[in-house]
Amino acid sequence: MKVGVITFPGSLDDADARRAARVAGHEAVALWHGDRNLSDVDAVILPGGFSYGDYLRCGAIARFAPVMSAVVDAANAGMPVLGICNGFQILCESHLLPGALIRNDHRKFGCLDQRLVIENNRTAWTSAYSAGQEVTIVLKNGEGSFVADEKTLDMLEAEGRVVARYVGNPNGSQRAIAGITNEAGNVVGLMPHPEHAIEDLCGPGTDGLGFFASLATAGLLSA
Amino acid sequence: MARVVVDVMPKPEILDPQGKAVLGALPRLGFEGVTEVRQGKRFELEIEGELTDERRAEVEQMAETLLSNPVIEDYAVRVLEPEVGA
Repeated sequence: MKVGVITFPGSLDDADARRAARVAGHEAVALWHGDRNLSDVDAVILPGGFSYGDYLRCGAIARFAPVMSAVVDAANAGMPVLGICNGFQILCESHLLPGALIRNDHRKFGCLDQRLVIENNRTAWTSAYSAGQEVTIVLKNGEGSFVADEKTLDMLEAEGRVVARYVGNPNGSQRAIAGITNEAGNVVGLMPHPEHAIEDLCGPGTDGLGFFASLATAGLLSA
Repeated sequence: MARVVVDVMPKPEILDPQGKAVLGALPRLGFEGVTEVRQGKRFELEIEGELTDERRAEVEQMAETLLSNPVIEDYAVRVLEPEVGA
């Protein structure tokens, strides 16, 4: 599949995300925040980093980048979209996902190998995992604490839309939520960085590769 | 010309780690008796021409769509009175 990775001013992990897509067997396509179309890609990744310097709120300015209109339209039409870290924040600011990410409760930037449980393996990005599988993926953020009102949290739980949950709670996220999906399961936001856990040489192993490998299955299912 | 202020504050139920950090720092500097600090943002907008109801409604829209995130923040819009003689 052709996987587009969007670079915003201040994106950091776009190159790693493109590499992860290639390692999983996809063609990686670099997209630019000023693009008005998605160059016929089959899926889109919003990478981690500090788009627009995190000015105003994390992801708040990136949401209004020209390319985001195309992303929102494509997401609503069913295209797989994965937002990692800052990408998750952008998806929340774009209202493609509910809730918001605020500063970690311990007020420090955290950078660690984090254990997660994949709870929902029915999304376009998690079908390569088994439900309940525990994985170790890099977590690195200052504003990764997931918050939403109780009603939204209950809805996410009831509809099985919590994609991944932290083992322990490294940043004060409500109900230890590490990632969520939209109703259709094509849009996933994840605070940890699977693109940093795809090779044994660097990072905590290859547990993250499944997020990118899942796309192949998603493609087969929709074909 | 009108000057409009938009105050944005974290919702009461949302944890405010920055406010907590400030609260923790005050006693270390010898300031006692502060029981709570919430940190927000203040935006000052210079609006061209007269501030009609329509323009004012537009500022509300700006506050809701960009200046604040209604999931975690509340906002309040107010007009600054021009100073006498200004």
